Amino acid sequence: MEESFEVALTVNGTHRTARVPARRLLSDLLRHDLGLTGTHVGCEHGVCGCCTVLLDGEPVRSCLMFAVTAAGHEVTTVEGLAAEDGTPSPVQRAFRDCHGLQCGFCTPGFLCTVTALLRETPHPTEDQVLEGISGNLCRCTGYQNIVKSVHRAADLLSEES
Amino acid sequence: MGTRVFGEPVKRREDGRLLTGRGRFLDDLGRDALAAAFARSPHAHARIADIDVSEALDVDGLVAIYTWEDLPGRVGEPLPLLIPHPALTHGRTGYPLARDVVRHVGEPVAMVVARDRYLAEDAAERIRVEYEPLPAVVGIETASRAEHLVHDDVPGNVGAVLVQENGDAPAAIEAAPHVLEFSLSIERSASMPLEGRGVYARWDADDGSLRVYSSTQASTSVRAAIAARLGLPNGKVEVVAPDVGGGFGVKIVHPWPEEVLVPWAARLLDREIKWTEDRREHFVAAAHERGQLQDVRVGFDDEGRVLGLDVRIRHDHGAYTPYGIIIPIVTSTQLLGPYRIGAYRAEVVSLYTNTLIVTPYRGAGRPQGVFCMERTMDRIARHLGRDRADVRAANFIQPDEFPYDQGLTFQDGRPLIYDSGDYPELLRKARELIGWDGFGAERSAAAARGRRLGIGLGVYVEGTGVGPYEGGHVEIDTAGRVHVSTGLTSQGQSHETVFAQIAAAELGVPIGDVQVTTGDTRRFGYAVGTFASRAAVMSGNAIALACRKVRDKALRIAGEALEADPRDLDITDGVVHVRGDMSASVPLRTVAVLSNPLRYAFDEEAAAATQFAVGRPATEPPVASGDEPGLEGRDYYSPVRSTFAAGAHAAIVEVDPDTAEIAILRYAVVHDCGRLINPMVVEGQIHGGVAQGVGGALYERMVYDESGQLLNASFMDFLMPYATEIPRIETDHLETPSPLNPLGIKGAGEAGVIPVSAVIASAVEDAEGVRVDAMPLSPDALYTLRERAAQDPSLRVPEGARIV
Repeated sequence: MEESFEVALTVNGTHRTARVPARRLLSDLLRHDLGLTGTHVGCEHGVCGCCTVLLDGEPVRSCLMFAVTAAGHEVTTVEGLAAEDGTPSPVQRAFRDCHGLQCGFCTPGFLCTVTALLRETPHPTEDQVLEGISGNLCRCTGYQNIVKSVHRAADLLSEES
Repeated sequence: MGTRVFGEPVKRREDGRLLTGRGRFLDDLGRDALAAAFARSPHAHARIADIDVSEALDVDGLVAIYTWEDLPGRVGEPLPLLIPHPALTHGRTGYPLARDVVRHVGEPVAMVVARDRYLAEDAAERIRVEYEPLPAVVGIETASRAEHLVHDDVPGNVGAVLVQENGDAPAAIEAAPHVLEFSLSIERSASMPLEGRGVYARWDADDGSLRVYSSTQASTSVRAAIAARLGLPNGKVEVVAPDVGGGFGVKIVHPWPEEVLVPWAARLLDREIKWTEDRREHFVAAAHERGQLQDVRVGFDDEGRVLGLDVRIRHDHGAYTPYGIIIPIVTSTQLLGPYRIGAYRAEVVSLYTNTLIVTPYRGAGRPQGVFCMERTMDRIARHLGRDRADVRAANFIQPDEFPYDQGLTFQDGRPLIYDSGDYPELLRKARELIGWDGFGAERSAAAARGRRLGIGLGVYVEGTGVGPYEGGHVEIDTAGRVHVSTGLTSQGQSHETVFAQIAAAELGVPIGDVQVTTGDTRRFGYAVGTFASRAAVMSGNAIALACRKVRDKALRIAGEALEADPRDLDITDGVVHVRGDMSASVPLRTVAVLSNPLRYAFDEEAAAATQFAVGRPATEPPVASGDEPGLEGRDYYSPVRSTFAAGAHAAIVEVDPDTAEIAILRYAVVHDCGRLINPMVVEGQIHGGVAQGVGGALYERMVYDESGQLLNASFMDFLMPYATEIPRIETDHLETPSPLNPLGIKGAGEAGVIPVSAVIASAVEDAEGVRVDAMPLSPDALYTLRERAAQDPSLRVPEGARIV
């Protein structure tokens, strides 16, 4: 039997625990142990960005991190981006407004990346947007409407603040 | 929202769940299922001498290991050849698990089932397979030489020879005032959806039935294949395509080995089993596309009109031919594009290699055909010193020539007859959008500052909406909700939105009342699948026809209730009313109640339809002869032949004089897919297609070494474009409705990708003055081309011929 470890962490504001082997990826912990399947796995080698979540507010690739190393940290996944009453976040609304998604598989990674990007840079230039999302692959949209969505989200955020 | 929804940029109805992590993709299902993993061949070509699983048996959590010898009866038979063709004289398919010989890296050899995927992979790694390597056949030239064979019983490695002919091309070329001869090459790429393949199966032992979820583009046909292999009636197999994370063609192939094996093992073990493909598996065990070599001979007159065109296409179809020769058929027919060609001959030789199978990827042979024709047009223009756009215009089929018969047989076995179009107008708009006519000055101004700019152009015709049929079912329930279902599947094309738009428009109901289900055999059992830009044309029209049936029925029943002539009735916002008089009205939910004569009242609404409430004459049966209970209808759309969309793309590129880096400064698309259902969705499809086209033109290739190892089987090394690589795409539309279907639509899924390689080649050649005959064009490849052209004048575009 493989040795397993107790992992306790905060996910989307809720304290969660799971007993997992040392090699369990954070992405698999979220998806399979905690049932948060919104975080997707597109390559398992840290290139596509589908599995991006926020670890203490910073975007990380959950496929490149072991679950045990996330112990004690705060993780936000796509399921935790909306307001508590279920109102979609400005970033989520902007992606819908601008047709920033098609199949939706890469979308959770983009949403987490962009949420962090706009927190750091509330009014990004075109180049800052391109740079900011340049670690996430999308095979459907050709990115144009994703770029548009980021600008729209920035507008929505500044309207609301 | 009112009911004017057809043609509007309606926001997507699928986004709510996809933006909040509530999508249901294959691997999101079956949390408690056992996991399958596969031991796959590390050799491109080898004989299997022995398989030893003994070390794997100790792995904790192991449930089962299977090799070919364990597969009974039809489960172990070769996979089906999906699209037979008379020219495919030597079609071959693989076994679900390799039997005796492996013919490409990644071919499945053993299946492991274990408690979770980690453990299944542990066990798969411990399976010892003794291989006797055989010589690998890699690349089209090697396959042609046939020093070694991929299949012992396929001489020359030739799977098919197909000739398409209209007129006497060699004679026409011989007699032409000008003749050119050259060769072209296009590399392999792949669909590469961000979600790979996956299968999840549940056997219900009590019911003797199977439920299979598959990340597929063809759930009804997967069902038929599984039912046949497992000896089950269709009615005992349900196949559901859940949310699918992109397809782009690769998921049309079926049944995959895994689609046979996972359901088979689920039944055998009476356990839920799931297999989710990982990225490396997708690179070596799914499918690729594109790779072709083309030898072109063309004869033309002083105006650049093509009098004869003779093309020899060598196509690499990989180790097996499960999808037949659809790709080279499409290449050899769609090559003709928007042009009236004097005489045409195409000879396709489709070859086996010890590499992954080659099956359709968005465009499905069209990008290769368009590359060939558009490179030819540019060659002609340069040879004659004429404007590249003018040479194309001189060859166009004119708007008054439709329907236009190209005299060939298309991929659906039907004549290649274009339904409608306006190619001169497409070109005019594209020239205007990109600024073709003023580019000379722009180029000169840039050159004065040391910058090297070029402009390129590509025009194409795309056969869309191929048959044989699709169907639609529409039901209005007693709450007024409209349930629409169709059998074909969705992989991000916004079907839930556009089909709801069609239903809302046809029925006169708010779009919010419409729910659409696709790709679920429980809801609709007859379908073909999603490919060839056919979903909107096929299912869109079928749903429209089904809605018209339901509408007629609703008006008839409402007419009886309102004592009005159905011809005087209309439906607005879900309410049937006398035209111009909203006071005499009955909501559709009540019509639904009335449509189903009841004995039992389960709620207050239903009471209106019970036997003592309904006032039909006692002499007539409650359900009239030929009628059916319920406010629902089903219909099918089966076209006599394909529709033909078209487009013109143009681009301005800049090449770095030192590093040979290529930047796309502007990219313009003018597109005609007939009537637009949702312009926002169509633009999204075009953007995505162009991005994939840019990938194919500049970055993506499958790098096999001579032993058949795929050297770049990861996202680190296979370079798909990020946002930083894709230019902003400027779009314009033209609408020439198709006369072939009730909605006048043509399909838009593949359009964006088709001419991109041709356009970029045209633009880079223009910027550099060196001939571009091969794609993709990396900086390295362009640099080498420059060096070669410096030594060899035949590789340079003649000076003076480089006018726009």
